[in-house]
Amino acid sequence: MAIIVDNDTRLVVQGLTGSEGRFHGLRNRSYGTNVVAGVTPGKGGQDVEGIPVFDTVAEAVERAGANTTLIFVPARFAADAVYEAVDSGIGTVIVITEHIPAHEMLRVYTYVRPKGITLVGPNCPGVLSPGKANAGIIPAEVFAEGAIGLVSRSGTLTYQIGYELAQLGLGNSSIVGIGGDPVPGSSFIDVLERFQADPETEFVVMVGEIGGDEEEKAAEFIRDRMTKPVLAYIAGFTAPPGKTMGHAGAIISGSSGTAQAKKEALEACGVRVGTTPTEVAELVADTVGTRA
Amino acid sequence: MDLYEYQGKELFARFGIPVSEGRLATTADEAAAAAEELGGEVVVKAQVLTGGRGKAGGIKLAEGADDARAKAEQILGLDIRGHVVRKLWIERASEIAKEYYLSLTFDRGAKKPLFMFTTQGGIDIEEVAEKHPDALVRLHVDPFEGFQPWQGRRLIYGAGLADPDEQKQILTIVGKLYAAFVGTDAMLTEINPLIVTPEGEVKALDSKFTVDDAALFRHPEIAEMRDLEAVPPEERAAREKDVTYVKLDGEVGILGNGAGLVMSTLDVIALAGGKPANFCDLGGGGDAEGVVDALEVITADPQVRSIFFNVFGGITRCDEVARGILAALERMSISHPIVVRLDGTNAEEGRRILAEASPDNLHVEPTMLDAARRAVELAA
Repeated sequence: MAIIVDNDTRLVVQGLTGSEGRFHGLRNRSYGTNVVAGVTPGKGGQDVEGIPVFDTVAEAVERAGANTTLIFVPARFAADAVYEAVDSGIGTVIVITEHIPAHEMLRVYTYVRPKGITLVGPNCPGVLSPGKANAGIIPAEVFAEGAIGLVSRSGTLTYQIGYELAQLGLGNSSIVGIGGDPVPGSSFIDVLERFQADPETEFVVMVGEIGGDEEEKAAEFIRDRMTKPVLAYIAGFTAPPGKTMGHAGAIISGSSGTAQAKKEALEACGVRVGTTPTEVAELVADTVGTRA
Repeated sequence: MDLYEYQGKELFARFGIPVSEGRLATTADEAAAAAEELGGEVVVKAQVLTGGRGKAGGIKLAEGADDARAKAEQILGLDIRGHVVRKLWIERASEIAKEYYLSLTFDRGAKKPLFMFTTQGGIDIEEVAEKHPDALVRLHVDPFEGFQPWQGRRLIYGAGLADPDEQKQILTIVGKLYAAFVGTDAMLTEINPLIVTPEGEVKALDSKFTVDDAALFRHPEIAEMRDLEAVPPEERAAREKDVTYVKLDGEVGILGNGAGLVMSTLDVIALAGGKPANFCDLGGGGDAEGVVDALEVITADPQVRSIFFNVFGGITRCDEVARGILAALERMSISHPIVVRLDGTNAEEGRRILAEASPDNLHVEPTMLDAARRAVELAA
């Protein structure tokens, strides 16, 4: 099973002929992901080490049977790329691109959401289902196969936690990077809901950070709707208000969006929050051990 | 990017929202000349990117050029919540009959722009929201449908605005504020107070305006409004070198890869009893060039006593990062102690490379917490 990407994924890479798209598209393929096509307008008919390139997403869907897209195109063309994918019948859209204007994403989100499309990102590392498929830039070698679902706003921090889990002999069902932007296509809740429904996932680790109120909303969702144990980590306790900490969405506005408030909201809903990535991994090991 | 009051008002005016006439001044003489030109009573307003100017003595009325000069002398150089006043906005004084509040913000939670309007303006809006929640009308706009005139009517009738002449003016301003918000890719636009003069004229007496950094490429004229002198010199240097850096007030310099991991690193330094000097994200790579640029920015801060270099190797392998660090240290002279933690792909190989080269000031630690403790010790 796993979530979002698996053995049924037929991936098209929008921007496959660019340096990032090529590097990661080929990496994804050598991991075993079914990369069926690339799209670069004007480069239709070419191929990237045997992966056919089309001018439009519609062709990638019709001729190569693509059902999932991975978007690497530059920020100013990224919204257009999402609309094209969605209007061409793609069901799962993963956007790696960083620095897409927030207003643009607001319109994309409003358009895509009612259609039942899965949108992950932007400004995210993608989705990895170990042993099945990798769509994005997550270093798959760091993770093992297993029963822990991992959802995060941050890339390297997730790799760190996945790595520590692997050191403790624990693996993941899927790793979903929802991204560090103010308007993520998938929220924590969207992903938690899928992990709850996924028979291969037994535990969930949620990695949040300062800014917005998605962690607070997720806390209530976990209390009310989830039976699987969830553990959390929040980054940014020492972040000052009003400063963007690397991710466009990681900013404390006035008194809202602090790590402390998120931690308190999660704990109030019965979710344990580790103070360091290592402690989170240990908490997971404890939880898994208790239930085994 | 946050804008000064005068810059926000310039954008308001561009979109047809009424503001008072004014002039920018950076010296007392310029303030006097501006007052002379404007004539009559003027307001001398400190331009700083923080609230609470009034209480801090940053806003004063002046009658005529000499008085404006005197008031400007009092305000220039004031420290308002850590912001030193270097610019003044000299504006024709307005008589105020009523003070309202109107804002349009980017509501991340609802994923829609949010209008807020109340006739109880002039004070902190969070206070109004807390004490008189019924007086504050909130209304979301569907980003795809865009602003519709009925939404303006909902705001003014909802707030109990009765005067037909005010209604008419404010309905127009609401529509124009939406146009300004979308047209400039704003994250926040706030008019507090939106005043009514004794003659019944409605206008924006103040502005708060924040524009999305990611959208500045399509607003070059707004991008140029950035006041580089207002940011700490280290952040200015970082911007020039394209290093993601935020200055903090501590003694342990921080360098890592990935925003989340770096935030986590700051927290771990605090847990270990230290204070981080900065946030600095190297991004995906760990090549010598990027490391040199980042280290130059970090060590330019005289408060920094030690450096914690925290790397997780994913696609960039730790042995490559280790070589990058050594190459960087060869190209620059750094006397600060540097604690390195390498974890992830090829971490052992990376640690071995660093241990073999073993420059005197380089300390390699196996875990994030150990490394944080060491960096804090070395900063003491």
